[in-house]
Formats: sequence, C-alpha cells, structure tokens
Amino acid sequence: MDDHDHNFDTLPAAGPALTMKDFKSDQMVRWCPGCGDFAILSSVQKILPALGVPREKTVFVSGIGCSSRFPYYMNTYGFHSIHGRAPTLATAIKCARPDLQVWVVTGDGDGLSIGGNHLIHALRKNADLKILLFNNRIYGLTKGQYSPTSEFGKKTKSSPMGTIDEPLNPLAIALASEATFVARAVDTDLPFLGEILTKAGKHKGSAFVEILQNCAVFNDGSWDEVAGKAVRDEKMLRLEHGKPMLFGKEGRQGVRLKNGFEPEVVAVDPANPPKDLLVHDAKAKTPTLAHLLAQMHEPMPHGVFRDVSKPTLDQLMEEQIAAAKSKPADLQALLRGAETWTVAA
Amino acid sequence: MTETPTQVPPKTQTIEEVESAVIRFAGDSGDGIQLTGTQFSTATAFAGNDLATFPDYPAEIRAPAGTLAGVSGFQIQFSSHEVLTPGDAPDVLVAMNPAALKTNAKNVKKGGLIVVNKDAFNSANLKKAGYEASPLEDASLSDWRVIPVELTRLTRQALEGLGLSPTETERCKNFFALGMMYWLYDRPLDATRRWIETKFAKKPKFAEANKRALDAGHVYAETAELFGCHYRVRRAPIKPGVYRNVTGNEATALGLVAASAVSGLPLWLGSYPITPASEILHEISKHKNFGVKTFQAEDEIAAMGSAIGAAFVGMLATTTTSGPGVALKSEAIGLAVMTELPVVVVNVQRGGPSTGLPTKTEQADLLQALYGRNGECPVPVLAAATPGDCFKMAYEACRLAVKYMTPVFLLTDGYLANGSEPWRVPPTSELEKFAAPALPPLAEFQPYKRDPETLARPWATPGAKGYEHRIGGIEKADVTGNVSYDPDNHERMVRLRAAKVAKIAQDIPPTEVLGARTGDVLLVGWGGTYGAITAAVQEMQKAGRKVSAVHLRHLNPLPPDLGEILAGFKHVVVPELNMGQLLKVLRAKYLVPAKGINKIKGRPFMVSEIVAGVDAVLKGGN
Repeated sequence: MDDHDHNFDTLPAAGPALTMKDFKSDQMVRWCPGCGDFAILSSVQKILPALGVPREKTVFVSGIGCSSRFPYYMNTYGFHSIHGRAPTLATAIKCARPDLQVWVVTGDGDGLSIGGNHLIHALRKNADLKILLFNNRIYGLTKGQYSPTSEFGKKTKSSPMGTIDEPLNPLAIALASEATFVARAVDTDLPFLGEILTKAGKHKGSAFVEILQNCAVFNDGSWDEVAGKAVRDEKMLRLEHGKPMLFGKEGRQGVRLKNGFEPEVVAVDPANPPKDLLVHDAKAKTPTLAHLLAQMHEPMPHGVFRDVSKPTLDQLMEEQIAAAKSKPADLQALLRGAETWTVAA
Repeated sequence: MTETPTQVPPKTQTIEEVESAVIRFAGDSGDGIQLTGTQFSTATAFAGNDLATFPDYPAEIRAPAGTLAGVSGFQIQFSSHEVLTPGDAPDVLVAMNPAALKTNAKNVKKGGLIVVNKDAFNSANLKKAGYEASPLEDASLSDWRVIPVELTRLTRQALEGLGLSPTETERCKNFFALGMMYWLYDRPLDATRRWIETKFAKKPKFAEANKRALDAGHVYAETAELFGCHYRVRRAPIKPGVYRNVTGNEATALGLVAASAVSGLPLWLGSYPITPASEILHEISKHKNFGVKTFQAEDEIAAMGSAIGAAFVGMLATTTTSGPGVALKSEAIGLAVMTELPVVVVNVQRGGPSTGLPTKTEQADLLQALYGRNGECPVPVLAAATPGDCFKMAYEACRLAVKYMTPVFLLTDGYLANGSEPWRVPPTSELEKFAAPALPPLAEFQPYKRDPETLARPWATPGAKGYEHRIGGIEKADVTGNVSYDPDNHERMVRLRAAKVAKIAQDIPPTEVLGARTGDVLLVGWGGTYGAITAAVQEMQKAGRKVSAVHLRHLNPLPPDLGEILAGFKHVVVPELNMGQLLKVLRAKYLVPAKGINKIKGRPFMVSEIVAGVDAVLKGGN
C-alpha cells in the first residue's frame, strides 16, 4: 500500500525509462569485502528509476567516512564534501534549485558526531532532503575508534578499557528535530530496505533513514544481536501504518502498553489476537508514539516511524520571493536608496 | 515656554565661515547617539559638504547606564573640500553625561567647544564616571569653552502637554541636542523632519515630540545666544552626479546584489550573525524582489557549506562574516578551492584574537585570508578602501570569482562597515558586464579541463543532461576530476591552482601613485586606512616632502607593477592596524627593507600618527 499523498509538481516528468544500470558510474567501488555499503548502494540504484527523476536532476551529497564515498559510484551529479557538512551543502542545493532531488549519505560519526549540529538543523527546517545515515557503530575509515552510537563499554582502539559514554539514538535525534519522515532499515533485508528507500525518495520534506549496517573489518556483526538472519524475526518489529504491532514467527508476539507509556511484549494467538495491541500510526501529528517506539530495543522496530506533511524550506523560500516580487527589481532605484541629492555639473 | 515655534526665526547672529569641522556626539549607549550622528550626517550631505564618519560604540547593547564602559560615540568631519577621515580631534564635543565627557574631553581641540547636558551631572553619575567633584565647577576644563545646557529640563518643557511619560520625554533629548548643532553649523532641518515623520508614521505623538525637540533645540541655540556665533561650511566641489550616504556594510550588500542583477546569476547569501558584519545580511534580506536567497545558517561552517552548495548548482554564492567566523569556515574554504567553485567570502575585520574587540576595527586578518588554511590553498584577496569603495570591491570580487572559478576573499573592516560617506550612485550602465562562462560542448566536457586564458574549469550545473559528474575534497585528477592519489598529479594540481589565482593579475588595473613615482618615501597601505594615509601624504607633500603613496585593493595576487613602483623610493613604509602583516608580505615578495607604522588599539589611524610614524622611520626609529 502506498500511503503517500504528496504532490510531485516540482519533480520533472519522467523521460525514457531509466534502469538500475543508468545510475551506476564508471568508478570502481572501493569498500572492504563484506561491507554493508554494497547492498545499500545497489538498493539505491535499484529504486531510483521508479522515482522518475532524471539523472541530471539527481544530486548525491556526502561528508567524510566510508559511506561518504557513495556519490562517486552514482552516475548523477554528486558532491563528496567535508566531514559532517553534507547537510549544509545539500540544504542550499535544494533551496537554490527546488527542481532537483537531493540525497545525503552520511554515517554515525559524520552525521551524529562532527556534523550533529547540521543534521538537526536540516531536519528541523524540513529541508527537502533524503538523508541516509549508515549506522555501523564504529569509525571505519580511521580504522576502528568508537563512534557516538557505539554501545556503552565497547572496547575499540581508542577505548581499550571500554567506552565510558552512552550512545546516541539516531531516531530519537531525528524525531526531536521534527523530521517529517523518520525510518529505520537493515542492510541485510534488501526488499524492505528498497521499500523504505522508495518511500523516503517520494517523501516531500526532510526524510531521515537510519540503516543498520555491518562493518566487516572493524565491527563485524555490528547488529547481529537484533538483525542477524537467525534472530531477526524474533528480535525485530516491522512497523506498518494502521496495523497492530505483531512480530515473531507467524506473528505470535505483539506489543501493547502497560502503565500508560511502557511497551510490553505479549504472546499472541493469531486466531484470536488481543484487542489492546498497539496500532502503528506514522501519520500522527505529534511524534509521541514514534518517540516511544524509537526507545525500544527488544524487539527493535524498523520501518517508517513517522511520515507527516509540512511545507518545505525551499517552498517557503520561493513563496517569500514570489511575494517580494510584487515590488519591481529596479537596480538603479535600489542603488539610489531613500535619500539622494544631486550635485550639478 | 508654553508653545514651541515651528518657524525658525531669522538669523541675526554672525556667521563665520570655516573650511571644515569635526563634531563628536557622545553619551550612554541608550542615548540614541548613533541615530543623532547619522541624522547629522544626512543633513550635512544635503548641505553639500564632503564628509566621513566614525561610529564608535561598545559591544554591550546596554552597558550599565552612566558608566565609562557604556559610552557610545559618533564622530563626523565635514568640509568644503575633500574629506578623507572623520578627523583627528573634534572641534565640538556634545557630551550627554559625565562618563561621555570623561572619555572624550581630552581628545577635543584646545579652545574647542564642549556642550554638556548639565542635568546629567548629578552625584551618582559623577561617581560612576570617576569624578571626585563636578568638572563643571572646577578649573579642570579650562582648556575648552564649556557650555552647560539643561538638556533634560528644556526638552521636558518643550514637550509639555503631549502626554508623554518622563522616560518617553527623556528619549527625545538627543533631538534637542541635534537641533542645537544644526543651528551651530547652519544645517537644514528638513531631512531629519522627514525621517521622523516616516519613522513614527504610526505613532504621531512621538513624531510630534521628536520634531518639537529638534526645533526647540534649534531655537534655543539661537535665542539663548549660547555660542556667540555660528558657522558655515561651503559646499564642496564634488564630481557631478546623484549622491547618497552609504556605510561600508550597505555598500557591500549593494555590490553583491548589483553583481547578481548584472550577471543574471541569482544571489545566495549564507550567513551567521556576527558583529560587525550582520548588517550585510539584514540589508540583502530586504531585497528578495531581486530573487536573492538569504539563508541564516546554524553556524559559520554551515553558512560557508551552504554557499558551496549554492555555487555547485549555479548561484552567485556569498557568505559574510568577521574574523572568528572565517576561522570556522576555513576548512570549507579549502573545499571551495579544491572543487574550484566561485564563492565570495566577505570578512568585516574586527579586533582579535578570539572574540577580541567585536565592535572595534583592526586589519589583523590579512595573513589569515592569505594563508589560514591547511595545504597549499591559494585564495584571491581583495580589500576595500572606503565605505563607498566596498560597493566596487564586492562587485569585483563576484566578477573575479565567476571568471576564474575560485573562492575570493573581500576584506573590509569595522571602521568601513559602520562609517559612512557621500557616495556617487553609479549609473547601472557603468557597471562592468559579466556572466557565467559558456559551458563547453558535451563532447569536449571534462570537469577539470581548463580554459587556457583563465585556467578556470567549466561550471556544469545539475540539470545539464550528460554533464553529470562528481566533485569533492579529495585530490582531483587533472582534466577528468576523478579521485587521484598519484604523486605527480598532486604536484601538477597544486601548481595549477596557484597558477590560476596568479593569472588574476591580468585583471588588475595599473596601480595609481599619489604623488611622484620616485622620491624619498612611499607609503603602501591597504583597506580602511586609505583616508588617513592619503590625508597624511597630502599634508607632507604640501610641506614640500618627497612622499608618495599607493593603496592596494588587490592583496593576492599583488598588482604586477608594484615591484617597479617600490624600487623608485628610498624608503618603503607600511602603515597598518596590525603588527605588520602586509609588511611581511612585501618584504618576502620584493626583498625590500620596508618599515611599518603599526597601531593596535581597535581604533583607526589619526593623520598625525602617520606623519609622526614617517618621521620616526626617517630618523631611524621603528
């Protein structure tokens, strides 16, 4: 079910149909064998043709880190910027040129540590960006230091005795920043990843997708405890708008609230499901339910947490300019200003 | 006085003609001193004089009332001939309270006039200013002609019956003082009356109050025969044209908008509020009807990042800030160098280091602009010389950025930014046309294939089908722009980027020399010291000394004819409001034993300091 009801009038009409191959650049992909980034790259290349945006109107912007090499592998316009700053370039790219579709590729270090400030402001401004945050809970490109999403106590090269700082929750940050589309996906669940990326691509406004991603070299099994193939069905809860929250083999477990605010797992008889299961509402105006879900670890929710519609930054900017243009743009009058005097020859 | 006459009575007292005058208004930062000064400047411009102003205010919006730290000042020099500086020493000081008197009296010319608000000289204010006894009642001010005026009481009287609260009445006393000064220097009142009517269009009571205060001050100055005589400064012979007053920040903003309008490239300004640059953001934000997009970013880095993004997609991208902001933007400026995108970075310099002196002027960011980035990272650097010159240099910065596909620094400073001067409004037909260079045919396109004339790379922007390409901060392969770690390629690219910036020398006009092209001393200046250096050189030339000056607007690259000019003089002297930054550059590049005249007080040069500095250099000092 496609529950998007946005209009796409700023997006160009589709030309001759593109294929996945059209979005691959001629550059050799240089990630480590086994890296989760390969799957995400091919997933993005796969879903783009269906969005109907021509290559020349598509821009990928990244910061620094393994994930940020992404734009080089896309046969679109691309900008590999500097550490943490991709949202700043991308926000301006979209506002300057509302006809473009703009994607940001970032990681847990790039987006939440050095670039945390830019991320929250791009989201709160509802800049029309599709922000993909690859979260592998480690610094890979600098060879294995802990990141702002590393688990408390994690031993890494820079924390031989274990980290002593609590990790950030990327979705809680995105929700607190009032992002209008917030989702989570996993690099090993490709069909669902593709579905989420498509929804993010069609969303008009700030779309934030946390992708749980494996670093095969410095943090192998980054998310195995919840996203490993053997445990995934029991440990992850797939969110679907308007549906009760069921998970586990044949949906034999469900989530309901106890004491008002606390989610609890209950056994479910599929033939006779309990009436008090939580029903997902991604369209709720306030992100209260989404916040509650973002705090859950067992099971870990994935899917679309929030999907609401608000005017975007580029739209509002264009509206102000259109309103201002009721006054003619007379350069000579501008230079003269309010008070002038004439010195005669 | 029950009714304030609105008709100015005929002038009966003698009028003495003077060539020029310097007036300084001083008071609490809440006294409306800057407004009073600006109004006096407008009236003076309408009187046909040349002028230069120096607003000088504390960093605190409202420092504790009555304290020395809270004193705000506004100095103006006006004349029947060319005015280059706001003047060394005031002929007239208007001091609204004891603190303003204390901080400013010593600078007033001996025999000059000091008008004080007598009502503010109570024991509390005297104590706050550090006076043991009232200076109005002892001999401490005997070097000057002191005129105590009951400003507060007289204003209150003039506004009687309007139903204003005591605080509201008190706020009008600056217009009473302004009215007195208008009489003293025979200025027209109508521009200020018009301003009041517009400003308080929706509050007629306040409009009436301020007009009454202005008129009452004017009449009082005459009828009370306070000053004995008043002065007339004849119109200055000025190049014909339409004129307005402009501050440096206004002129910078207008230059950027004009460059956008003429080139057809829509303007992007990404900026973060910072003193003393914020007015540029305010000004440009008002002109959205020109299609400009202003973006108040979350921080300085984001402001620069946004400008790079906007440049990537084809806008005329700019960012405006001051030194601390440039420090934060530096990594991103390097990205603009690497990706060879046109971005104009305006640095309105202030006293540093760190937060330093936010509201005071300095020229200590030249080396930061030239060298303050990692790697070999050349950026062209321009500097404006006067408030009005900010327009021309902002425009030129945009033209060069687009022509050479490079970030460009424009250095102005707090003195230029807030100071104003009459500015001949250029007819738009006089503005040099420029546009984005044409995109090469697709078959010949490579992201880093350069134009042989300028070494600029092509500016292919999203939307151009077939031109899709990726750029970034990693070293680029020559021509293709792909990622390259090849050692020879890196050296070639470092040299190419430097050669491209060096090519801008071909756009620099021949250097103007003030005075003979050979002689004893050449003063080399840059930026906001233009007025003081020029006035000092003219004074020394009148005294028969073989002194000349050049004023640099291009700091990187330097004008190609500069070496030859330097060689024509026995001594090269470089006055700067820093510890000798251009001095270092000139010594390194031209191997000349140049000497500096340096001042680091957060204040502009006085003409006398430059003359004394030259003397000291010639005597073997410094």
